[in-house]
Amino acid sequence: MIAELGSFSLMVALAVALVQGILPIVGAARGNAAWMRLARPAARALFVLVVVAAACLVISFLRDDFSVVYVATNSTRALPLRYKVAAFWGGHEGSMLLWLLILSFWMFAVSLFSRHLPQEMVARILGVMGLIAVGFLLFILLTSSPFERLIPAPEEGRDLNPLLQDPGMVAHPPMLYMGYVGFSVAFAFAIAALLGGNLDATWARWSRPWTTVAWSFLTLGICLGSAWAYYTLGWGGWWFWDPVENASFMPWLAGTALMHSLAVTEKRGGFKVWTVLLAIFAFSLSLLGTFLVRSGVLTSVHAFANDPRRGVFILLFLSIVIGGSLALYAWRAPKVGLGERFELISRETMLLTNNVLFLSAAGAVLLGTLYPLFLDALGLSKISVGPPYFDVVFVPLMTPGLFLMGIGPLARWKQANLPEIGIRLKWAFGVSLITALLLPLALGRWSGLAAFGLWLALWIFAATMVNLWSRLRPLPVSGLAARLRALPLGYLGMLTAHVGVAVFITGVTLVKTYESEKDVQMDIGDTVTMGPYTFKFNGVTNGARENYLYARGAFEVSRNGHVLTTMSPEKHQFVVSKGEPSTVAAINRGFTRDLYVALGEQDGSSPTAWVVRVYYKPFVDWIWGGCLVMAIGGVLALSDRRYRFARSTSRDVAEPTLSATAAA
Amino acid sequence: MRRRLLAWSLVVLTAPFAAGAREAPPVGQDPVIEQRMMALAEELRCLVCQNQTLADSHADLAVDLRQEIRELMQKGQSDEQVKRYLVARYGDFVLYRPPLKSTTWLLWFGPAVLLVGGLATLYLVLLRRRRLLAAEPLNEDQEKRALALLSEDEGQPS
Amino acid sequence: MRYLRYLIPLAAFVVLTGFLMKGLWMDPHTVPSPLIDKPAPEFRLTQVADPGKSIGRDDMLGKVWLLNVWASWCVSCREEHPVLVEFAKTGMVPIYGLDYKDTRDEALKWLERLGNPYQASLFDPDGRVGIDYGVYGVPETYVIDRTGTIRYKQIGPITPEILHDKIVPLLRKLNA
Repeated sequence: MIAELGSFSLMVALAVALVQGILPIVGAARGNAAWMRLARPAARALFVLVVVAAACLVISFLRDDFSVVYVATNSTRALPLRYKVAAFWGGHEGSMLLWLLILSFWMFAVSLFSRHLPQEMVARILGVMGLIAVGFLLFILLTSSPFERLIPAPEEGRDLNPLLQDPGMVAHPPMLYMGYVGFSVAFAFAIAALLGGNLDATWARWSRPWTTVAWSFLTLGICLGSAWAYYTLGWGGWWFWDPVENASFMPWLAGTALMHSLAVTEKRGGFKVWTVLLAIFAFSLSLLGTFLVRSGVLTSVHAFANDPRRGVFILLFLSIVIGGSLALYAWRAPKVGLGERFELISRETMLLTNNVLFLSAAGAVLLGTLYPLFLDALGLSKISVGPPYFDVVFVPLMTPGLFLMGIGPLARWKQANLPEIGIRLKWAFGVSLITALLLPLALGRWSGLAAFGLWLALWIFAATMVNLWSRLRPLPVSGLAARLRALPLGYLGMLTAHVGVAVFITGVTLVKTYESEKDVQMDIGDTVTMGPYTFKFNGVTNGARENYLYARGAFEVSRNGHVLTTMSPEKHQFVVSKGEPSTVAAINRGFTRDLYVALGEQDGSSPTAWVVRVYYKPFVDWIWGGCLVMAIGGVLALSDRRYRFARSTSRDVAEPTLSATAAA
Repeated sequence: MRRRLLAWSLVVLTAPFAAGAREAPPVGQDPVIEQRMMALAEELRCLVCQNQTLADSHADLAVDLRQEIRELMQKGQSDEQVKRYLVARYGDFVLYRPPLKSTTWLLWFGPAVLLVGGLATLYLVLLRRRRLLAAEPLNEDQEKRALALLSEDEGQPS
Repeated sequence: MRYLRYLIPLAAFVVLTGFLMKGLWMDPHTVPSPLIDKPAPEFRLTQVADPGKSIGRDDMLGKVWLLNVWASWCVSCREEHPVLVEFAKTGMVPIYGLDYKDTRDEALKWLERLGNPYQASLFDPDGRVGIDYGVYGVPETYVIDRTGTIRYKQIGPITPEILHDKIVPLLRKLNA
């Protein structure tokens, strides 16, 4: 019953989405106010219907209704509650429903926070999102319904993939989808602007907060995925350039470029057409990613379904959405005007250079991910493109951009004075360089690469502080807190996000240069040392929990003779789904280092001996800390007062001047 | 006789423990070769679990191939020779770092081309933009002011 | 004329879609063999049934033959085996087995239970010959011609369709 209700709800949702997708857009073209007014209520109704369908699926899981195929293949009676809920998105069909749920959530949000937008605009935006929803609803109803029945129902389910029975599974996909799917809003704004022909700076101002919030979610989502892989896969890696990771990273790169381009368009009215194209790119990359994961075209850890039929459907959908929007772009873009003047050396140019760099990086990642497919399709040969390629290619591409991050925020709009910037930054440059050259020595071993990475990070941080100081100083209030409060949040958000990048780079540089690993055979009583730390193995105990058996190792960790803590890595063997036991590493986290112990296999030399992997990972938590700071920066930026719209206003003042109140 | 047997069995059973706590020995006989092997295996692809490196994979074939590499290295083969050995049997697929061949020029040089091309395009577009904006006709207000200024001028003796 | 540049993104996307469409019908997992049209690697292995007798690569020169890699622990081999047994009855080509990472006992029991299409099975307990032949997943089958050159490699079980469409025509050509 519940499953049928879910199906039915989706069918009604399809009808509503069709109305929402077609009538408001036609209404906007014809000036038909009644049809345009349908957009908001339709979006809200769609949201409610999809929520109902989602609830039906969750209820089916909670009731252990194994007559529903999807529940039977992704759950068992003994599965803990939180994973029964997370199992919603554990397989292909459910994850498509999650996509739809989050899309309709964004639609709902747009319907709420769009009072200040002209009616045609709202109609077109929600209309475009409605059409996207139509595509997904058709896909789900025709090829991937999570509500299919299995009669007779099995007594027990096949269990959720053991690797997914983890808190990471609860948080990572929803957060990631919020970001990914959130770019559909920026996309809809862009299409609406192309359709309506009203491409101006106000459009950019409206678009910006939606883009920033989607970007923040995506940053968090990718960060969570990386942190999860780190502790769950057992060898301390946190990024593999796997096709699915790349599929989420490319929209992030394009989205970052988009945010910076929107700044140019909002402030100076320039490059509107380019910004629109970027918005189309960002969402297109999201859709492309969705396709790649589910079509069987690439091998990946994450690959869901490998059904060519489904792949054809998604590809068709992709062609219509992306092809259609690019065709619309080709048609409407040439007619748009140029915007204001700016010199070759100016903040505008620096932001656009950021765009070129980020898009080249996204292009490089796309090239590397799809190249094996290209060669194979041309019958040329079968190659693999993995981390050695991406590491070599990606870092040099990003480096100029990272260097520019120090200079850009100090450049003036319209015309920047490079010599003046040089003077302001010379101390930052010198101090960061010298510190970077000396720090590796303090960490134990000099390394050119470490010095370079540290210099970039310190440079960004120092230049950001110079920028902040120059804005804080002339303020007519006293006290640091009051001064900070007086600065516009958009500005503070930008600084925070840039500092987040610096923290991230520090983490990556230091962990890659100074991490060490030992693979040893340990029997009871054996010790292994890593730097100042000694690990003593005290054997393995066995036991059982809800739906798995475990082997739990006991390690006593001491430093310079004093016992610090015990660490207990585990191996889980799931009773129902069998297969390889999964590894749960023991991690002792610290601000400046992680200690990481994972159990390998029993090595047979004695009944109590195991192969053990011990890692020392300095500053690895700065990687995810940096991402978190970036996301916080995004949230700060979008809380800026100028986004609290009452009515649509004329174009903003060129730049917040040094006087605190001029920002609004 | 029985006493002796008992004594011996006790020795055999307790020998591992009697050996006492020790510094755990590394996996593999020769640490230097082991490190070289693992470093190389990080750049190779496991053919069975195709999303793991040969270093990380638990698959039977991966274990066998790691052993094969160890033996080749012990015989004195260089990293290049080991790679060629594996490519002769499994093709370029086994390399995570794609070899530079005519079919992979686009792959290796593409990103640099994209970057340089992108920057060049940006530069040209900015120049063109500047030219277009400079040549742009005045809008209404600006025209009125220009005319006013010009007529002011004409009324004055030069 | 300048409007053409606005079509570049669309054109690039169309090309990309073409590749993705082709990609849907390909399998990214199969690893094609670099040994096609190259001499079959050397080997000398004892037979599963008779440890005293051995067969080497050069013993096979002068005839077209199939080398089928199998193992008693391999599930997909069970699917393929009846097809091989049937095919062996036609006597078109001799089929030799390569028993990969197996034990003699298990192997012989398996053959007894499921039938033996092989002239002989070569015993490769540590998988060394398998590695030389680029074996990465059982079952795999090689078609080797009179000069000892590998002409075709089948990855995965042989189905009647594959036999009919790919292998038999090739064998006819090689035997001519």
